[in-house]
Amino acid sequence: MAHEQPHAHAHTEATNTGIDNRKLGFWLFLSSETIFFASLLVAYLIYHGQNGAGPTPKNLFNLPLTSVSTFVLLMSSLAMVLAVFTAQQGQARQSRNWVLATALMGLLFLGFQAYEFNHFFHEGLSLSSSLFGTTFYVLTGFHGAHVAIGVLWLTSVWFYGRKGGLGVDKAGDVEVAGLYWHFVDVVWIVLFTVIYLLEAVQ
Amino acid sequence: MATVTKTLGLLPRPTAQTGFWSWVTTVDHKRIGIMYLFAALFFFLVGGLEAFFIRLQLMQPDLSVVKASTFNALFTMHATTMIFMAVMPLLAAFMNFLLPLMIGARDVAFPRLNAFSYWNYLLGGLFLNTSWIFAFVKPGSVPDSGWFGYANLTSRQFSDGMGPDFWTLGLLMLGIGTLISGFNFLVTIVNMRAPGMTLMRMPIFVWTTLVTSVLVIFAFPAITVALFMLMFDRTFAANFFNVDSGGMVVFWQHLFWTFGHPEVYILILPAMGIVSEILPTFARKPLFGYSVMVFSSSLIGFMGFTVWSHHMFAVGMGPVVNTIFGLTTMAIAIPTGVKIFNWLATMWGGRVRFTTPMLFALGFIMCFTIGGLSGFMHALPPSNTQQTDTYFIVAHIHYVLIGGSIFAIFGGIYYWFPKMFGRLLSEKLGKWNFWITFIGFNTFAFPFHFLGLYGMPRRVYTYSAGYGWEFWNLVSTIGVFILTAGISLFLINVIATLRKPANAPADPWDARTIEWTIPSPPPVYNFAVVPQITARDHFWYEKYPDGEHGKAKKAKVPAKGGDHGIHMPGQSYMPALVALGIFVLGYGGLFSSVLVASSGFVLILLGVYGWAFEGDGGTVIEAGGEG
Repeated sequence: MAHEQPHAHAHTEATNTGIDNRKLGFWLFLSSETIFFASLLVAYLIYHGQNGAGPTPKNLFNLPLTSVSTFVLLMSSLAMVLAVFTAQQGQARQSRNWVLATALMGLLFLGFQAYEFNHFFHEGLSLSSSLFGTTFYVLTGFHGAHVAIGVLWLTSVWFYGRKGGLGVDKAGDVEVAGLYWHFVDVVWIVLFTVIYLLEAVQ
Repeated sequence: MATVTKTLGLLPRPTAQTGFWSWVTTVDHKRIGIMYLFAALFFFLVGGLEAFFIRLQLMQPDLSVVKASTFNALFTMHATTMIFMAVMPLLAAFMNFLLPLMIGARDVAFPRLNAFSYWNYLLGGLFLNTSWIFAFVKPGSVPDSGWFGYANLTSRQFSDGMGPDFWTLGLLMLGIGTLISGFNFLVTIVNMRAPGMTLMRMPIFVWTTLVTSVLVIFAFPAITVALFMLMFDRTFAANFFNVDSGGMVVFWQHLFWTFGHPEVYILILPAMGIVSEILPTFARKPLFGYSVMVFSSSLIGFMGFTVWSHHMFAVGMGPVVNTIFGLTTMAIAIPTGVKIFNWLATMWGGRVRFTTPMLFALGFIMCFTIGGLSGFMHALPPSNTQQTDTYFIVAHIHYVLIGGSIFAIFGGIYYWFPKMFGRLLSEKLGKWNFWITFIGFNTFAFPFHFLGLYGMPRRVYTYSAGYGWEFWNLVSTIGVFILTAGISLFLINVIATLRKPANAPADPWDARTIEWTIPSPPPVYNFAVVPQITARDHFWYEKYPDGEHGKAKKAKVPAKGGDHGIHMPGQSYMPALVALGIFVLGYGGLFSSVLVASSGFVLILLGVYGWAFEGDGGTVIEAGGEG
């Protein structure tokens, strides 16, 4: 009695709230992630000033450099918005290009972070050198890991659209990846403000 | 019956309907619920065995049934097993099985993620318990720093074995499963209710699942972070809890208990939900004060995040902090007390039938009240300082966890067993089961109150004669023997019943909620036609349109579906594959083996990509027909 159904797509069924299941689930996941980053940020803040014999934040931070990398990440969010928008508009090829642009900017941000970590490490800041080292590397490192997963994800979405681009039928997939990407970006805005900017005004 | 659509994945979607692979690849919430039930019962017995050795060792002064170090491992693994691998998954078994049935849904929102949660749980639990095997190779392999893993007992300096590593990695694995279940159940409840099933018409168990899931998604990130910090401290010599570099061990306690206190509500709220389903059925009355129950559950959930420091009154946080947390803790007793009175009022004037589920529900109310009252005593910082780290606390947790959660779970199993397996458990054995368990439990746990007040500290592996502790310790151990007999009767009942023919009617208890409208066990598609809900206790009003004293009407439940058929999600290898990858990655982390870790990582990547690109799969079947 069974027969194939060409458009058997569970997500498109009507929901009580009208919000797509995947989107709602992802919002909940992100709300959970906020507690994750908040806990790490608390660790950074309560141990602030515990520099031991190692370098202090003031010695190390290069605000112009990190501002550039922050700008790159912010612009990647713009590209992500355009990717979602063009996908919803049915401009499948542009959407795919914007997804690639987002991923590349994410990769560039990771490059900046790798440079920064490497530089700090040679200045004597390591995971075990002081509490500043521990909390700084773990907090920004977890953020970097999130960016890396995002880059991997966006690259997969880009690959997914290799035939016919990312059109209306795949707009939902682009949008969920976008939710994640914007969240990771927002977290960085908080981290950049608390870790770098507040250090500069003290 | 199953035809599989083409997939883009590495493997074709599996279609096995029976046998081993059908269980590994299942995405059916009912089958996953049953797997949760049996796995959790297995770990419940493991944890019980650990408790048995603990009580044997403490039966008399100066015994040496086990060594001091083994004793530490036993109480650590007992608590970890009971909390994370027995009680939570037993409750998850009910959530999985019942949630879609109670709200009239086809399945949970994300069937494959649901399977993924289960496999993470099972493999995480096995991972932690393999530490017992490694203990033969190297001492210190079993976690032995207590279930709360206080810093810096877990540091390299004080635990140089693999114990804390097993604990950290195992709990991270279990946490992934729990978090994903939390998202999944929330989306299911918010988005997938049948038409007419408004929030305030949902069965109360669905409400408590909702609140519990909210607790999970906000509490588990805190423990995840704490575990990562511990892992970095141990593996990469980071400083989070390293006192030499200015690290604060109390920071661990704060992180742990911001998770740990919501966790105890995660353990009790669904149990309260189960009891709130059983009582109205066997009192033949609607739940008293439904909306107040909903509000109390939500309030308990919210306030659960405001009381964590009452676990730390003795660390010296100062009078202001102690007072605040004392007050919030006392305040949380109010919604809890309201619930107890609502349960009593539900039975008031009802025609109570003392079936086994009902007996367990009544046992729950009594024991939970006792546990709640001793909990209330801990809320006062001055008396807490007297009680902390004594057996008085042990009495409290066992009254709320066994007398509370476990009694509700047993009641729930007796109540929903016919729905899950199509067979009614023996009532005669069930009553023996209840009374022996009830007597055994109280004989075992009530003496802890006295021992605590006489000053017996927790977690000591032995004690000397002459403190007045001998008698009550002996009584407690005798209680464990009785309790063991009670639990054995339960197992006998389950095994004997499963060998009988499946002939339970759809509604054996004359119940109220819509899962009883469909056959026992339910067909794979649950509801042939999505029910239209018109009232709270919809099924009851359909059965008794003229009031409960009127004649019962046979409810019209269509067994045949409409013309469109029902879309069934396809089975998948991927959830189990990804969970297996995480399991392998865990061992890689444990032994710092790049080879093992990267093979785990490869499995995860394969699984995730297979998952993403295997397509929707699934089939459309006709309800009622032989498909």
